[in-house]
Amino acid sequence: MTATPLLRVEGLEARYGGAVRALVGVDLTVGAGEIVALVGSNGAGKTTVLKAVSNLLPAERGQVTAGRIVYDGLDVARTPTDALVRAGLVGVLEGRHCFRALSVEENLVTGGLGRGSGRAAIRADLDRIFSVFPRLVEKRRALAGLISGGEQQMVAIGRALMGRPRLLVLDEPSMGLAPKIVAEIFSTLARLNRDERLTLLLAEQNVTVALRHADRAVVLENGRSVLEGTAAELRARDDVRAFYLGLGAAPALTAA
Amino acid sequence: MAATSAPLAKTVLRPSANAVGIALLLVLAYGIVPLVGTSYLYEAILTPFLALSLAALGLNLLTGYAGQLSLGSSAFMALGAYAAFNLSLRLPFLPLPVTIVLAGLVAATAGLAAGLPALRLRGFYLAVSTLAVQFFVGWVLNRFAWISNDSPSGVISAPPLVIAGLSFEDARGRYLFSLTVVALLTFLAWRLVTSPTGRSFVAVRDNETAARVIGVKVARTKLLAFALSSFVVGVAGVLWAFAYLRTVEPAGFNLDRSFQILFIVIIGGLGTLRGAFLGAGLIVVLPLLLSRFGAAVLGDGFDSGTLEMCQRIALGTLIVAFLIREPAGLAALLDRAVRCLRRAD
Repeated sequence: MTATPLLRVEGLEARYGGAVRALVGVDLTVGAGEIVALVGSNGAGKTTVLKAVSNLLPAERGQVTAGRIVYDGLDVARTPTDALVRAGLVGVLEGRHCFRALSVEENLVTGGLGRGSGRAAIRADLDRIFSVFPRLVEKRRALAGLISGGEQQMVAIGRALMGRPRLLVLDEPSMGLAPKIVAEIFSTLARLNRDERLTLLLAEQNVTVALRHADRAVVLENGRSVLEGTAAELRARDDVRAFYLGLGAAPALTAA
Repeated sequence: MAATSAPLAKTVLRPSANAVGIALLLVLAYGIVPLVGTSYLYEAILTPFLALSLAALGLNLLTGYAGQLSLGSSAFMALGAYAAFNLSLRLPFLPLPVTIVLAGLVAATAGLAAGLPALRLRGFYLAVSTLAVQFFVGWVLNRFAWISNDSPSGVISAPPLVIAGLSFEDARGRYLFSLTVVALLTFLAWRLVTSPTGRSFVAVRDNETAARVIGVKVARTKLLAFALSSFVVGVAGVLWAFAYLRTVEPAGFNLDRSFQILFIVIIGGLGTLRGAFLGAGLIVVLPLLLSRFGAAVLGDGFDSGTLEMCQRIALGTLIVAFLIREPAGLAALLDRAVRCLRRAD
């Protein structure tokens, strides 16, 4: 891990609609070149953390009430999402969210819009995405609403990669996908991390897969970060195994 | 990459097939129609068709492409018409094209203001806020007599249509004038929707959060859509007042007109440029067909009241049918027909 992390989240608290407390104290850091997994059960606050990191909460009537998020020296709460995208922090939302009426290729092209790429740059980036996800080449003219879930996830990730991110933030990339596709997507992400030093922060319910590829992981529980460690450490811990991997008997830990 | 360059060649070919069709249409509209048309054709069919097409094109930019529902289109038409009237009255030295552009800009500015609620509201709630614009503009036009040069009940008459000494006063001239304005703005609209800005319109429509995540400036995009759409609708209002009716009153730009434009867009096809023209064609021709048909079947019993009722019933039925069977409208039907013909070759 480098001395100054690429992303630092400190004592983050967030609410929705001024009333619902979603986060009560989240700390995490992501160093350049790392893969960090955010794990936790349903409703632990993983999605909220990721939305806060992209400064998307205000668009959903949510707000950060305490703590701060610093990405590469930028105060995230004061930086509009599109400026964050240009600074290299790009997100992939839960549930894929492709533009259904646009073709696969057009979806990918929109990913280069935020950065303001020219035609030549977009063409070069498109070729790169098609080499990362060769499966998409033959579907390039198909409407994104009509391709399979796994392909949609690839489009969503490819679209984010078109923004040439340094930190890619992924929310549940495995959601609703066949294990084989999940493995394919994760190995692609791991390869991007290895070959291009793409930094990844991902929220995952599929803890087994997440811990297999991540360098480190942060465990969220009821809006609080309760545990942090290297993936190997966490895999070895009995309580994590019991609660999130479904292995062994549950030891006495305050379960929700 | 061989695999990627092959489909590319196809996309280069497809617009050229379209281009041939558009060139043929332009030859027909500019070369043949003016030679064979009657003044009834120009005044009762073609000029209103062009003005309504343009208004629907403008609304389609906003509703079809950017996904923002508006029920205030005719208010922007009125703004365009009354702005052009005042500009030509008070600044008579301005050439007509400049007046029209400025009138469009007045409508665009109002559109920008009307778009502000869209930053917070969506769907039906936004539609209600645009409804407020509709009524507010109607009230302003009636309240301040200065706007209509103190004429009773706000009636205004169009200035002569003269550009650089060329008069477009007769029926054919007004048709050619409208045609030129519509062709020009349609070309610009086509450039817009195929540009990155047009794609960010669609991105905001399909999924606002996803658009935000990839760095589209959502607020700016929405406001831009409102402004550009209102500009086009405002110019359509100028055509409606100056080229078609020649004498208009604020009551002519009421909520019914706004709905009419929305129906054109829905029937024609949301999110297509052709849709605006197909829908407007249907809306203009349908009443004429109905009245001919009604007169033939019922004879004298078919008065204007019955006609209007039949019109509403037919239109309502059509809209329901389209929403159920073909939400993409006439444009999609046309595409399918063309594809069938191609396959038959």
